[in-house]
Amino acid sequence: MRAAACLAALALTAAVPAWAQEPAHPESIQIGLSTDRVAITANFAGADLTIFGALENADPLINRQGRYDVYVVLEGPARPVVVRRKSRVLGMWINTQSETFVNVPMSYSVATTRQPQDITDPNNYRQLSLGASNIYMEPEDKRDSPLTIQEFTDALRERKQAIGLYSDNVGGVQFLSQSLFRATLHLAPNVPVGTHKARAFLFRNGLFIKETSAQLAIVKSGFEQTIYRFATDHGFGYGLFAIGLAMLTGWLGRIVFRKD
Amino acid sequence: MGIYLPIAEMSVNVFVLLAMGAAVGFLSGMFGVGGGFLITPLLIFYNIPPAIAVATGANQVIASSFSGALAHLKRGTLDFKLGTVLLAGGIAGSAAGAFVFALLRAIGQLDLFISLLYVVFLGTVGGLMLIESVNALRLTKGGVPPALKKSGQHNWIHRLPFKMRFRTSKLFVSVIPVLGIGAGIGFLSAIMGVGGGFIMVPALIYLLKVPTNVVVGTSLFQIVVVSAFTTLVHSSTNQTVDIVLALVLMVGGVAGAQYGAKAGQKLRGEQLRALLALLVLAVALRLGFDLFVKPQNLYSLTAVSGLL
Repeated sequence: MRAAACLAALALTAAVPAWAQEPAHPESIQIGLSTDRVAITANFAGADLTIFGALENADPLINRQGRYDVYVVLEGPARPVVVRRKSRVLGMWINTQSETFVNVPMSYSVATTRQPQDITDPNNYRQLSLGASNIYMEPEDKRDSPLTIQEFTDALRERKQAIGLYSDNVGGVQFLSQSLFRATLHLAPNVPVGTHKARAFLFRNGLFIKETSAQLAIVKSGFEQTIYRFATDHGFGYGLFAIGLAMLTGWLGRIVFRKD
Repeated sequence: MGIYLPIAEMSVNVFVLLAMGAAVGFLSGMFGVGGGFLITPLLIFYNIPPAIAVATGANQVIASSFSGALAHLKRGTLDFKLGTVLLAGGIAGSAAGAFVFALLRAIGQLDLFISLLYVVFLGTVGGLMLIESVNALRLTKGGVPPALKKSGQHNWIHRLPFKMRFRTSKLFVSVIPVLGIGAGIGFLSAIMGVGGGFIMVPALIYLLKVPTNVVVGTSLFQIVVVSAFTTLVHSSTNQTVDIVLALVLMVGGVAGAQYGAKAGQKLRGEQLRALLALLVLAVALRLGFDLFVKPQNLYSLTAVSGLL
């Protein structure tokens, strides 16, 4: 899923170099996706998504010192999730406690120029609700003790990271020139389908300057999508089809292999 | 080579699945069982969500059982009347099973319940079979021919009311135990994703005294229809049948079954039963082990389904 450069933003920067020094025109950031749709095909096994972007009105001095930082996030659609905890009952490990969260981003991949703690301090991340540890996950039952909610929130994040849906790519944003950068984000093999939101945050000397965003639709490709739609919209017909297919396979198997 | 499963929404290795299907097909051809009780746990070990493993397992069972049932139909070793009464119970049991399945899924105890059922049933059936076949092996070694079952020997089941005559099976028996066996197996089919042959065959032989030659064909007939019904119920209520997954397994399974059948002809009945018993026990132990050993991760995530 290599995206080609969106150079429109770059052209803009080139056109206005004279203004760059003026404080009246603060820096800003643009990103472009070569495609607004990523199709998951039969042999999809995860992919790297490349997002190109550009800084506008960048101060060449700061740029040379490498003190512009970019933090890119691709956030998947939010869905409700139940987190369950096992404990020992009669010697067996059984799901006992659970906590439902109403709006959990299904995926959250990050690419940054440097280690997040070197870009800006944790307070800023918190204010921007940026980074997997700063996403607010709203519990369905707010009467539960904050300690329990915290425990399950941490577990949820840890599980998501373990299955690769929440990922960090430190150094995944690289400057190709003074103003042009490329961000590489990991899409897990089980990336959720739906509308994903790509956001890029620009920091100068650890100070948040500007944010920009773009939308990306991740869809199942033709065949997979057809099956999925058929299964969810016409469950009964789909079942009949599955049965017919199984019978056909069984019957064909007999014909192909039995020579007696 | 990866293949994307549209319902499970994950990418898996197609060769692993084919090998899995072929291995189970080989064993099912060798022992004459559907193989649902092997494929579902294998899929779960391979990280396919249990709900999808069960529903897809039921779908996959149709293929192998249908091909077997056709063979028995040709040979006339299929009691349609007995099969139909078993089915009446089976459909009711399967519907109840699918309801319980959705309920357990909503409260997060589905995985536990599936594992428990597997451990209990596979453990019991495997244990009994092992004892029986080892005894038979001992007897044949001692030169004594295995004792033939006396026909006409009646137990309490034959004293129940609502008797019905089944000509092909040469049986005059109450419909209550027939419906009961059918319902029980339908229930298990919906929750465990098995055809239930490994319970049906002993139940028909030992409880109803159905002649052995009719048992397998009749059981396969009932399995095809009940698995088909289970597939239908799961696909319309839980949407957990993954047709791509099922097809890959079926292709591997059909091919494996042919070689298994040939291998099976080289072994004696008691040896086959002893091996099958060991296999069944091994699956039960593996699942039981997972229940009692502290899991690597205490937490699990589930998407909230639209149901309930």
